[in-house]
Amino acid sequence: TPSAERHEAAPAFRKGFSKKVVLNCCLVRRILTWASPKPQDSVEDELELSAVRHRPEGLGQLEAQTRFSRKELQILYRGFKNECPSGIVNEETFKDIYAQFFPQGDASTYAHFLFNAFDTDHNGSVSFEDFVMGLSILLRGTIQEKLKWAFNLYDINKDGYITKEEMLDIMKAIYDMMGKCTYPVLKEETPRQHVEVFFQKMDKNKDGVVTIDEFIDCCQNDENIMRSMHLFENVL
Amino acid sequence: MATGVAAWLPFARAAAIGWMPVASCPMPVAPRDHRRRQDELIILNVSGRRFQTWRTTLDRYPDTLLGSSEKDFFYNEETKEYFFDRDPDAFRSILNFYRTGKLHFPRHECISAYDEELTFFGIIPEIIGDCCYEEYKDRKRENLERLQDDQEENKDVKLPHMNFRQTMWRAFENPHTSTMALVFYYVTGFFIAISVITNVVETVPCGSTPTQKDMPCGERYTVAFFCMDTACVMIFTVEYLLRLFAAPSRYRFMRSVMSIIDVVAILPYYIGLVMTDNEDVSGAFVTLRVFRVFRIFKFSRHSQGLRILGYTLKSCASELGFLLFSLTMAIIIFATVMFYAEKGSSSSKFTSIPASFWYTIVTMTTLGYGDMVPKTIAGKIFGSICSLSGVLVIALPVPVIVSNFSRIYHQNQRADKRRAQKGTNTGEQKLPKSACLLESQHHHLLHCLEKTTAHEFVDEQLYEQNYVEAVMQSFPAARRESVSSRDTATPTCCGRRSKRNTTLPIAALQPGVNQQGPLQELSAIHIQCADRPSRSTSRSKLNLKADDVGRLNCKGGRITTAIVSLPSPPALTTPDSDNLRGPPTRRPPLPSPGPSIQTTTSSANVVKVSAL
Repeated sequence: TPSAERHEAAPAFRKGFSKKVVLNCCLVRRILTWASPKPQDSVEDELELSAVRHRPEGLGQLEAQTRFSRKELQILYRGFKNECPSGIVNEETFKDIYAQFFPQGDASTYAHFLFNAFDTDHNGSVSFEDFVMGLSILLRGTIQEKLKWAFNLYDINKDGYITKEEMLDIMKAIYDMMGKCTYPVLKEETPRQHVEVFFQKMDKNKDGVVTIDEFIDCCQNDENIMRSMHLFENVL
Repeated sequence: MATGVAAWLPFARAAAIGWMPVASCPMPVAPRDHRRRQDELIILNVSGRRFQTWRTTLDRYPDTLLGSSEKDFFYNEETKEYFFDRDPDAFRSILNFYRTGKLHFPRHECISAYDEELTFFGIIPEIIGDCCYEEYKDRKRENLERLQDDQEENKDVKLPHMNFRQTMWRAFENPHTSTMALVFYYVTGFFIAISVITNVVETVPCGSTPTQKDMPCGERYTVAFFCMDTACVMIFTVEYLLRLFAAPSRYRFMRSVMSIIDVVAILPYYIGLVMTDNEDVSGAFVTLRVFRVFRIFKFSRHSQGLRILGYTLKSCASELGFLLFSLTMAIIIFATVMFYAEKGSSSSKFTSIPASFWYTIVTMTTLGYGDMVPKTIAGKIFGSICSLSGVLVIALPVPVIVSNFSRIYHQNQRADKRRAQKGTNTGEQKLPKSACLLESQHHHLLHCLEKTTAHEFVDEQLYEQNYVEAVMQSFPAARRESVSSRDTATPTCCGRRSKRNTTLPIAALQPGVNQQGPLQELSAIHIQCADRPSRSTSRSKLNLKADDVGRLNCKGGRITTAIVSLPSPPALTTPDSDNLRGPPTRRPPLPSPGPSIQTTTSSANVVKVSAL
């Protein structure tokens, strides 16, 4: 029937038309992409990172792996998720967070070292598991574990030895957090002096590096350090 | 944000374990957390819709209804829930405020209903987040204006006791108030029209008389036109004088645009009266008559549209100016090109560059009179380029400007509103109830850092104050003092300074620093004066009370801090006020660069400060 034919012809026309439109659009788009410069890779990476939604392991698993109770883990996760809805913390956020606590100085260097200490699998981001495992050691761990964590923090390249340069970097980072307006005056050589004092105390065999055993031994013999290790035990 | 700081504080404190092995001094005692309440869910029943949240969420803002004990008045014993007989839709945003710390204004909400809800729940509208604040203020102002308009209309009916002058002014401004005003309005409008038509008809050739050739009507019927003109001017003068008399502020009235137009419209007549039969100035007199055409602008009192047009032109002035400027550029360029292109040809009309301006303008606006045409080939080529570019230069911005009219108009309005709002946008944010503990924990953390590095934080303000004082004071050159102070300048981290010490034990820089050169940045002088300005949240004050870290001046757990949005956040205000403000302080405030100074000697009381 002519009407049916017309009906058939019409969609065919429309399809052909739409195909042409699509082709034209593709052509136009190609021209545009050729004309416009390519976006930077970092922008795409950023987009990818922000699109990632990380979900932590199950509550039971985390409860087994850490020394927190179920309720504590729940409270921790609620706070964590509230602040980082994507489920992961990257270094920039870390630095921002830390800067809020130490507004007078520059906390970014120390935050960087701290980030590396928390990011145990070194994938550039701290997930909730990393976060909670780190907290578990710091708040509920034995003295040995805490000291080992501190050693890991100071050992920037994770080679098992703390050299004077590494310690100096850490010390400078800590002093940077103090900022400028301090009493007494912060001088250039203060961190270096502090490192000297530290090495005098810790480096028993005077070989210029501090190993983990020297570190732990020395700390366990120091009353002040021992006492201060228990300081934050009831933080949560 | 307050919630942010609260969430990350345990982590920051735990991470402080990393400082312990390198600390020079023993750490201070941690503040005790006396309140260990089990978190519980509470149910808020708002007109049947049940909202549930943690108790601690509501406790964040203890100065509101939900955060304080006021909600106990709404507690329903049987159902163990809090019942509010209010709008559940509006309650959503209010509860979200507790959860996220940001108050949003939903756009579909009626402004007065929303305001009522906020007042009921004890939340001040000033803490509406930046994303919604503008909208809120706009709507509020619209509503207020509408209310005012309504009131004014009612007022017009209800005010019998205005004196004659005020009545007259009101009659002039709003012709609908009384019949007299309406009559006056129409009469003046009629005479403006008559005057304009007279001016126009005056110049029309009226047909020839046997005595003379074609002459304009004005010269033929001089007397008639003169009478008409006089009548109109009399009316206008009377009107102007009446307005001047009735105006509430005569000076302001005289400065207004409309009155200037009035004056310009009637002045030529009087000048003409004064200066009759003087051949020298008759030329000028003729020119003055041109100004009579300004009477047509008197219509803008009668037309709202004209007024709006005038205003939008004024606000679009920059766009128009830019259009004019780009046109001028193009005209000059093309005129130059055409002049030099046509220079060679004989009998060229392009005698000079300014002469070519006319050609360029006529061509670019696509008028093309044809009185000047290029003859050389180069001239023709450039002429065509000129006309093409003319189309572009003119045709493109014009629709943009047209569409900019409304946009710029509204935008200007909004920009002014925003500027006015910014000046008054100081929000008082209430600290959460747990801020007391939060504050003490944060201070303890900072204290631990101080102990680690064996240095102390000092307020920049205090430092600057002391710097100024120190500069003002004179100094004996007591070198011995500096030596002794050098000995005592080694960080005695654990030394306690008595707060009631009126003499000033100061440690200053050794003179040796001078040789270090500009590498040494700011040297902070911590001077304890007897009359130290009491800033209750000052960090250095906390240094004094090193023994009672646990005790803070939180009376009853309610601290209200007025936080002003500072133009440039000083780096060394208290960490709390920076942390507990809203989004603007999310980025870490940079330490403000102080002047690079160096101190030399020190005495017991004074410090000499010399600028580098």
